[in-house]
Formats: sequence, C-alpha cells, structure tokens
Amino acid sequence: MTTSRLLSGGRIDRSRPLRFSFDGMKLGGFAGDTLASALLANDAMIVGRSFKLHRPRGLFGAGSDDPSSMVERLGPRPAANQLATTLPLEDGAVYRSVSTWPNARHDVGAVAQLFSRLLPAGFYYKTFMWPTWHLFEPFIRGAAGLGRVPGHDAWEPVSESRFGDCDLLVIGAGPAGLGAALAAGRGGARVILVDDGTSPGGRLISDGGDPDDWVGTSIAELKSLPNVHMLIASTAWGYHEHNLITVLERNPVDAPDLDFRNWKIRARQVVVAAGAFERPIPFADNDRPGIMLASAVRTWLGRFGVRPGKQAVVFTNNDSACSTALALAATGAAVTVVDVRHETSNQVREALDQAGVTLLNGSMVCKAYGSKRVEAVDVIDADGKTIRLPCDLVALSGGWNPAFHLASQTRETRSVWHDDLATFVASHGDTRFRLAGAARAEFEPMACVRDGVRAATEALQALGMTTPSISIPELHEPFIARTVQPLWFVPPRKKGEKVFVDLSGDVTTADLGLALREGFDSIELVKRYTTAGMGVDQGKSGNVNVIGIVGTLTGTATQSVGTTTFRPPFVPVEFGSIAGARHKARLYPWRHTPLTDWHIQQGAVMYEVGLRWQRPGFYPKPGENGQTAASREASAVRNSVGVYDGTPLGKFQLKGPDVPALLDLLYISDFSKLAPRRGKYGVMMSDDGLIMDDGVVFRLNDTQWLLHSSTGAADRVHLHIEQILQIHRPHWRVSIIPVTSQWANATLCGPRARDVLAAMEPDFDISREALPFMGMAEGMIGDIPVRVFKVSWTGEASFELNTPARYATALWDKVMATGARFGITPVGSEANHILRVEAGYLSTGHEVDGTSDAYDLGFGPLVSKTKLDFMGKRSMDLRRKADPERFELVGYLPVEPSRMVPEGAPITPGGNKADQAGFVSACVMSVALGRSIALGLLHKGRSRMGETVHARVRDEIIPMTVVAPVFHDADRSRVKS
Amino acid sequence: MLILTCPWCGERPEGEFMNLGEAVPPRADDPSAMTDAEWSASINERRNIRGRHTERWWHMRGCGTIFAVVRDTITHDLFEAADEPRP
Repeated sequence: MTTSRLLSGGRIDRSRPLRFSFDGMKLGGFAGDTLASALLANDAMIVGRSFKLHRPRGLFGAGSDDPSSMVERLGPRPAANQLATTLPLEDGAVYRSVSTWPNARHDVGAVAQLFSRLLPAGFYYKTFMWPTWHLFEPFIRGAAGLGRVPGHDAWEPVSESRFGDCDLLVIGAGPAGLGAALAAGRGGARVILVDDGTSPGGRLISDGGDPDDWVGTSIAELKSLPNVHMLIASTAWGYHEHNLITVLERNPVDAPDLDFRNWKIRARQVVVAAGAFERPIPFADNDRPGIMLASAVRTWLGRFGVRPGKQAVVFTNNDSACSTALALAATGAAVTVVDVRHETSNQVREALDQAGVTLLNGSMVCKAYGSKRVEAVDVIDADGKTIRLPCDLVALSGGWNPAFHLASQTRETRSVWHDDLATFVASHGDTRFRLAGAARAEFEPMACVRDGVRAATEALQALGMTTPSISIPELHEPFIARTVQPLWFVPPRKKGEKVFVDLSGDVTTADLGLALREGFDSIELVKRYTTAGMGVDQGKSGNVNVIGIVGTLTGTATQSVGTTTFRPPFVPVEFGSIAGARHKARLYPWRHTPLTDWHIQQGAVMYEVGLRWQRPGFYPKPGENGQTAASREASAVRNSVGVYDGTPLGKFQLKGPDVPALLDLLYISDFSKLAPRRGKYGVMMSDDGLIMDDGVVFRLNDTQWLLHSSTGAADRVHLHIEQILQIHRPHWRVSIIPVTSQWANATLCGPRARDVLAAMEPDFDISREALPFMGMAEGMIGDIPVRVFKVSWTGEASFELNTPARYATALWDKVMATGARFGITPVGSEANHILRVEAGYLSTGHEVDGTSDAYDLGFGPLVSKTKLDFMGKRSMDLRRKADPERFELVGYLPVEPSRMVPEGAPITPGGNKADQAGFVSACVMSVALGRSIALGLLHKGRSRMGETVHARVRDEIIPMTVVAPVFHDADRSRVKS
Repeated sequence: MLILTCPWCGERPEGEFMNLGEAVPPRADDPSAMTDAEWSASINERRNIRGRHTERWWHMRGCGTIFAVVRDTITHDLFEAADEPRP
C-alpha cells in the first residue's frame, strides 16, 4: 500500500507509531493522528458510503464540518457513530465504516445508485404510506441509517458533570480566542478558554507552526496564570439561557479514567471566537473521494504531515485557496488552480507562478470522473472550451462562513448578509456576549488577535474590570478571502448528473429544485423536505450553498431567501456524557421506608408505588408466584389479620384558624364541622371539575389537622394547596407542613386486627366506643409512641398505627411478635389491590384517570348540598349541564369466572370495532368471591346494571355482566366493626 | 437554564423551581358571579405571549415560595413583576 505521509512536518509524534484496523485492513499511524488523518496517510480514501445512495465517500472536511466520515469503533469500547475527523487514533483499535456491507470499498447496497432516479426528495414520505410505515421501517433503517447500535459489549462511557463559573468564557483558541484570553487573563479576570482541537492554536497550527512561536508562548503563559482554566479537546455545544454554556470535554487530561466531562459553565461574559467554516463549490459528481475542502488539505499537510494527492486541482472563487496551492506545490505536487474569477490579483498570480502552479482564470470545474477516487475533472475555461485535467485530488474553496452558531443559539442575533464575503454573519453581539475574529468575518490573523483583545476588553469593561494593553504579534497570512465572487453551484451539463449540496444526506441540486416545484418554497420547508442540513454536520458544509441555490432557482436575492435556525448541539454529543453519573437511582433516588430492610429479609419483591416510593409488592413463600402469594396475603386479611407498611402515604399537617375554610374549598363535602379527634373521607377536585385525589383528613385537636393524600399524588396535592394559600387566598392564616417521611406506619387490617392491637397492650382505650370507625387514639405501646387511626383500606376494619419514623422497626417488631399467635401475615401492594377492588375503593391512576368527576365515580352523596363553592364545582356543573350522559363507575363480572381482563381494555358496543363506550380500570382474582371481578367506567353505567357488555382486546371479545361497584362488605358492617 | 431570584432565597438555578405557567389572576371569591364564558376562559385560556410575559414559579426544592416574574419569552430576560403580592 502506498503512503501519503510526508517525511517531516505536522504535529504528530513519528517516534510513537500506532497500529489499528479499518474494515479489516491492518494500518499504521502515529500519536497525534486522528483516525481520519491516519486513513488518509495510508491512502485509504473511502471512509464510508453515502446515507441514501451508498456512493463511496471520502474525507471532505478535516474537523467537525466533515459530512461523510461516520465510523463505528468495534473495539476497544465499542461505539457507533463516531466522526473520524475528530476521533483521536488509538493503538490497537478496530474501526469499521457504516452504511456499508460488507465494507466501504465493496458495498452491495450501491445498487441503490441504479435506482437513484426513484429516490428523490420526499421519497419516503410519498412511498411508504400504505398500508403502514412500520412494514417498511426495518428495511429502510437497515438500508439507510448510520451505524448499528452496539450490543451487550457496548461501551458505556464514564462521564461526569461539572459546573463551571467564570467572568469570561472564551470559545475557541485560535488567534482571536488567544488574544481575548491573554487580555482577560492578564487583567486578572477568571477566564475559561475552550478549544475543540487536541492542541490549541486553531488555524495558526494548521500550517504546522513552531512550538516556540506566539501560539506556544501564549499557551504557556495562559497555563501559568492561576485565574485561567484551559479546556482542550472540548467543544462548546450549546448556548443556553442566562449565559449557561454546555461544553463537552473529551478524555480530560486531569482524570485518566474519564471519557467525558460535560461542563455547564455559567459565564458572566462570553467571547465567541469559533472561527469560520470553508464551503465548497458543488459540481457534477463532486462527492468522489479525493474531492475535499481546500482548508482541509492545508490541515492534512500542516497539522498531520499527510499529502492527500500528488496531482491536484484547486477550484476557488477567492484568494484563500492560494495558500493551499502553494503548500501542495511545496511538497512537490503538481497543482492547477481553477479560478472562477476572470482576474486574480498580481500578488496571487506571482506567488503561484513562482511555485510553478498553473492558473486558469474565468474557469469552472463542471464534472469529476473516477468512482473510488477522483481521476480527472472537466474544466470549462474562459473561452467556453472543455479541458479534461487528470488529478487525484481536488481542493475546493467557495468562500468562508463565519461560525457564529453559538451566538445565534442565544436568539439575540440575526443572520445578516455580508456582500463582500457572500455569506451570512451575525448581526451583532449583545451585552453578555461578543463575537471576535473569523466568527465576526475578520480573517487576517493579526486583526483577529486585535479583535479578540477588543472583545475581551469590552466584556471586562461591562463587568467593571480593566485589561492591560497587549502587544499584537507579527502574524502574516498573505492570502485572505477578502472578497468572494459567489458561485453556489456549477449546473450539470447533462440531465441526471448529480450535484451534491449536502453530502450528509445525499441532497442534490435536483432535490432542491423538486422541493421548490412541489411548493415547499420556504427555506425551512426545503430543509425538512429534502433533509438538507439535517445530517451529521448539521449543514456546516452545505447550508449556505443550499440557500444560494434556492435563491438562484427562484430568482431571489440570496439575502432574501432566509436562513434556517441554529440549534444545539453544535456537534454530535453522546447522551451518556450529558447524563454523567446521574442515571437510574442516582438521577432520581428511590424513597424507602425505614422498613425496607425488613421487607427484603422476608423475601419481599419490591417495586415503585408512585413518587419513587419502594414498597413490597408481595412476599412469596417457596413455590409461590406473585398471583398465589397475593391471594394468600389477601385471604389472610379477609379471614384473620394482615399488616402492611403504609408509610409512603402522603401526609400534611395543617394548622391555623382558616383550616376549616381551606378544607371546605378543597373537598367536595363539608369539612368545617369536623370535630376534634374525628376523621372524614374526602374527594378533591381541581378547578377544571375533575377528580385529582382522595384521602382521609383527621382533626387531631382544636387547632391541628392531618390531611392524607395518595402516595403518588402527594407532590401535586401539596402544590395545589400551596397555590390556594399563596395565590388565591393569601389572607388565609394556614400553615402546611409535609410530614410524609416523619411518620412510619404499620396498618393492621382484618377481623382480628383489634384483637392484635389489644394484645399489644396499649396504654389507651381501643374499645369500639373509644375508637370507632373514623376515630383516633394516641398513647404508648410499651415505650413506643403511637397514634392510631381507625379507617379502612381494605374493606375490613383497619387500624393505622403511626409512629415517629425512628420507632418504625420497634413498632413493626412488636406487631409481628404479638400478631404471631393470630397468624398475622405481611401484605404487599398486590394483595392490597385485590382487597381494594373487592371493596370498590378507588385508585388514582386507575379509576381516577383525569377524566372523571365526583358524580361519575359515585360520590354524588358526598357532594355538599350547602356549600355554594368548592374547587371544581363550577366546572363540573357546567360540563354536566352541557352533557349529562357520562362514563360512570360500575363493577364487571366476566361471564367466564376464571377470565381476567387486561386493565385498560376498552368496552365497545357488542365488542365491535367502534367508539369506546367504557373501559376496564382494574381486574383481580377475588379471594372473597373466588372468581375474577373488575371495576371500570361505562357510558351511563349506573342505569345498565345486569346488562352484558363486551371488552374488546386483541383478537378476542370478552363478555361481562354489569354490576354495582362493590363486591364485598356492601353494608360496610365489617369496616365499621 | 435560567437564574431566578426567589424573593426569599435570592438567586438560584432554575432546577430548584417548578414553572406554574402564566400568572393568571387569583381564583374568584365567588365563581357564581361570573358568566359561564368568563369562568371557562379563566380556567382554560392562556395568552402564550411572545415577548414579556408574567409567570409564576414555585421554589419547590427550596423555601416553597410561589412568586411571579416577568420573563421575555424570546430573550429570557427577567424583570420584577409589578402587582404580585409578596410574602
């Protein structure tokens, strides 16, 4: 295999060779290479196949603007969708091209090119409509798409998040950024300098440079300043509100174990010195490997010591590509410059002449030849004659687009047209950020340094700080794109020749024309219909040309076409790096009761029951599954006694003279008359007239109340009450304290519950008279303080034993020890659900699903007849006036007694394919009735008792009989016992 | 991510707060004095302003204060809200 590596030059370490493999080829590179530069050094020109048409693609840009070189790393640390141009080469790594099979050089999918006429813009939208997109999706995802998601061995990057804080954040360490950082750093400001290259310097080191030059000395000085923090290999990828900038730091030098550190930097001031992106000039078959940006060629030569071709054509419309031509000629390459302009300045002409470079003025490259690598181009010269030039490299420069993406994300600046440069620039900076250098269309290096110093000085002035004067270094770059003669594309000479505008998405000029003919006439619509600018480079290489071409095709001035919106992320960012260590329970911690360890020791299967609370689902004994364990636990409650951990239930302590008024506003029933030491069940609606929660309120004494919410509704109920107290009724004197976690709980339930409580020998009276249904008692059980509420959670007598959380295990041990002779059984959420459905008790999320009001769920008798107002009343009355026929709570008995019906199953007339007339909200195997029972809502359900209705589930219709929504203890005698 | 100024705690990052939407007027003392249309509008209609918009935030991971601020929905510049009662 040939090699394009030069003998000297570049910022690579030739003493440290690295071995790697790409698509099965064993190749070598050096420390300091990216995968891209190493591939190019080995003349491996094809790095992938295009997204849609599977055409061979090579390297086009040398950085984050490269639209083509997505690769997959198979090992070590398998990862999909890595950009070869920004991926540091690793010794021993195995890489593979994507969108290819079996590999990029020989790709079976390339037959797509034969059908390319059938794959125009909007093809997928138009074609795969019938019968359903899902039929086609796997094939399309396989044929197009990018890398495969790695399997079990996928690399899970080790990432951390860190907050940063500074006076001045400088984004980009090229000439402007270094100037800004030096000025601010010497001025004593706290500075963070971010650069996305592996070594700072930007364009100044693309030519190789000298470690002792201004870049080297500046960086050494910045490193020595304690108030300057430098982040290399770090990309600022998002500019968020209030000057929060997200920065992805790759392989942080201070933390060898970390893959990524994602910074959230809050900067008082920002200087965006992100440079500029070169853009190409599209022509027929301009995607052949070996056709690339002129600036990329300079980077390969200068930074990596790689010469990508020996016989080069440089196609340009401005002066900047002259440097590329000279740099190539200096390595002995044969170079021809094809300049769109009829006149080239004497300075450029003489320089090219001296270097032996041929210059063709008034000429255009109109077509490339070659399939796996460019072999020749056709040039139309000033006289209109076509000349064929053999070549193995084409360098393109169609002008420069300032990289003001981040500034634009602030939504403070607009894109405005710059006539000389024929591109868009940012309209202005702001009080909080400034653009500097090439990002502000300032290209001359000394001017860039000066502009960086200016931006930093202004920024620090805004903070009341000063900067010392900085001497500007002698940096000369003779060939600058001061003026550009715009050429958005070279029209194809023959119909069918493809002129690619966006290489990421295989978008051609013909696609843009088609979109316009079909009426997608706004640039935002053109973008979405053709996917131009939506690929991996997000339009960095192609967007301005797309706008220029749309202008040309519609006869509109380019500046009037409009621009698309810049959004984060600026470069592809691994989701894992954003999450950092915050995943699973570390992102959103579980809540545990003090009894979790006990439950686990008993073999409980734990799961979440709302708001991250972990509770036992069931306690399986050997040989039991979830169903049989839950049935055993539920039977114990019906027949003797069970105990469950009700700690997570939402609890709020209310105090103050206006609590009765608050409760009357909150609940549908009358609460103001609630006597001390009594409780009352209440239903709470929001002001849209729909139920939000239910629960029991106890009045603890004359001045204090305890309000219970459902476990999962606690936060919502808390906010609801806070809004009433702080916004709607700020004059009310009520204090609210959430005490959910302060109280732990053991709830005894079943016909023997009172016996167990008595056997625990409380020092207070628990007789039926002293502690009736909805009564309470307080005192000591041994040395454990308890507060007992007599309620019902299960359709049996229930005693809620509450104790301060620190006594939880002592109370629980006492309950289990005392209850043993009664056969006390710990009960989990599954058994609780069975018992509640049998008793016809509601569950938020099941029956209370955000569409039902108080009457729908049978709470009509609870609705106050005397209150003029409560939350939700007005809306409920209004809605019922408009349409009194509603879904109402009913019970269902499946005709086949062993048949379970999936929760959520719709009920339709006759089980036919028709509008839903109700649904099943809960279905359990009843231990009381020995058969399946269900609850649900049914259109006008209360008037349909005894009727047979049909649940419609996949491939089956289940007949059920409509019954009253209570299957156990209908007269509530057990509850009140 | 915004920096909000809680009237009680001072400047804090947005993650400590929950947005409660447009700062609509407090609930009427007597909803029955409103017409059906007025009531319905008070429950359902929000202006979704482009520009300066008064909204409420709850310092839920802090002191619990609910307060109003004026936020420019384009620039996210914040201004003090005029007529909101303060604790």
